[in-house]
Amino acid sequence: MSAAPLLSVQDLTVRFRADSGWMTAIEEVGFDLMQGENLGIVGESGSGKSVTALSILRLHARTTTAIPKGRILYDGRDLLTMPERELRAVRGGEIAMIFQDPMSSLNPVLTVADQITETLRLHQNLDAAAARKRAIELLDLVRIADAPRRVDEYPHRLSGGMRQRVMIAIAIACRPKLLIADEPTTALDVTIQAQILELLRDLQAELGMSVILISHDLGVIAEFAQRVLVMYAGRIVEQASVRQLFRKPLHPYTDGLLAAVPRVDADVHRLPAIPGSIPDPNEMIAGCRFSPRCLEAIASCRAQAPALLDAGEGRRARCPPRIGSLTAP
Amino acid sequence: MTTASIATAAERLAPRRRFVVVRKLARHRSFRIGFVVVLLLVIAALAAPVLTGLDPTAMRVRFRFRPPQWDFPFGSDRFGRDIFTRVLYGAQISLWIGLGTTLLSGFVGAAVGVVAAQFRYLDAPLMRLMDALMAFPAILLAIGLAATLGPGLGNLIIALSVAYMPRTARLVRASALVVRELEFVDAARVAGAGHLRIMLRHLLPNCMGPLLVQLTFVFAYAILAEAALSFLGIGVPPPAPSWGNIVAEGRDFAVEAWWIMLFPGIAISLAALGMNLLGDGLRDVLDPRLKIEG
Repeated sequence: MSAAPLLSVQDLTVRFRADSGWMTAIEEVGFDLMQGENLGIVGESGSGKSVTALSILRLHARTTTAIPKGRILYDGRDLLTMPERELRAVRGGEIAMIFQDPMSSLNPVLTVADQITETLRLHQNLDAAAARKRAIELLDLVRIADAPRRVDEYPHRLSGGMRQRVMIAIAIACRPKLLIADEPTTALDVTIQAQILELLRDLQAELGMSVILISHDLGVIAEFAQRVLVMYAGRIVEQASVRQLFRKPLHPYTDGLLAAVPRVDADVHRLPAIPGSIPDPNEMIAGCRFSPRCLEAIASCRAQAPALLDAGEGRRARCPPRIGSLTAP
Repeated sequence: MTTASIATAAERLAPRRRFVVVRKLARHRSFRIGFVVVLLLVIAALAAPVLTGLDPTAMRVRFRFRPPQWDFPFGSDRFGRDIFTRVLYGAQISLWIGLGTTLLSGFVGAAVGVVAAQFRYLDAPLMRLMDALMAFPAILLAIGLAATLGPGLGNLIIALSVAYMPRTARLVRASALVVRELEFVDAARVAGAGHLRIMLRHLLPNCMGPLLVQLTFVFAYAILAEAALSFLGIGVPPPAPSWGNIVAEGRDFAVEAWWIMLFPGIAISLAALGMNLLGDGLRDVLDPRLKIEG
């Protein structure tokens, strides 16, 4: 790929202030996203997926967050150093975001129309009537039946799935180039999940936008993304295309994740779990952060923090022993 | 208070829907009762010259301490002044003090609270300032301020507003802190909304319920506090009547001439009750989460 990436996150490190001092939430996270590409970010709770997503739009509280390192280049401009005014034009206009909990992501005292038109009027010079008309079109686009009536409803009268559709309508209102979806289906039941994913995919094709989908659900990622980042304890441990990742994972952690996915074609009584739990961000672990839980860990894993190594075919993984055996023979 | 909340509600609503709110309010039982009570008091205050032919300050020593009777429906005081007339004229001053204090303290308090919640680095300084103000009993603070500012209706309203504003500010801040953690505020930021828009459109409307209820109390407290200040001689100066200073003047004769205190007291209670009912109704109707059929 020779074209410049739409979004390029480079060497991003984010720290939060806690009672006990500064703790590192994510460290040296870097990836590129091409125009029209779907990127999945997968990992356990606390692995830094959401922190990464929120950093892109600079949504962390300024007083309790430090970003000592890294750049986030969007269209060649660094979002981290951009003045607030310019950033506001990017937010919603060019990069949009949808959240996990559709129950609390709509303002309860404003109608659906108010909330959709708010974005439209912030970024496009539409008058009230035109914005309202566009709001109804958008509700149609996200397949909400009876849009002209629904547009005047308050959020409490809508179901969870419908609210998430409204959120998507708000997000795509200004035809953003990048949509960040932070666990968009986690709070929904399974049939609605499938509908929302399908809707996102259709809209993506229609609008030609790029999507970053964050999830802890490998099934969702497999269905939606083209390329996947696996995060563990604030770092990217593996980066691969969906096909590569599911066929032959490189990092032992990814192995563990895949093994823990229930299968419909095999009779399994007990799902294998990864022993131990994700380390506390304050915990100092020498060497590879996964090594205490890794069945294949050797002495060098515990001695030295591994780098994200290139494994050919655009894949990278943070596991020198495995990559060594891959390239050696 | 009522005018302020109705005005903000109206701004938020498209013209078509403004009538829906009015219709819902008209159907709300306690709002209806509160509205009628407050309306009657306001009419009584405005129509005082029509309802009584007497001068509220005219002394007629021959008619001192008359119990309630046909000529003196509410009785008369130690100078022979008609209590009925004084309560009517007193309503003008007392309601004005209540309304002014409610509006001023509500406006400033809501602004301070929401700013403290939105700009976290201003939170500590603003709240310590509020704490400092709250360290004095409200009435003592009002006394000090009223004494410093000098007599006059405007100064009295300012003094009372400063005394009651910190509570409102704290309340709004607490509610806004809860609201700002909800995802729709992040969603608004993601949509490109600036601080002002987030404060006015997303934080404040979601704090309206507690704020309105608080302000109905402020209204009642302001009338009572004015009574206390009048009693101490720094409120509305006699002989001009206010509900507070009529009660204050009646205190020495509470047993022998109970009617002097009773009727302005009833007026104060009615005003407070009416405002509370009205506030309840407003909160119910303006908060779409509480479902009101209609």
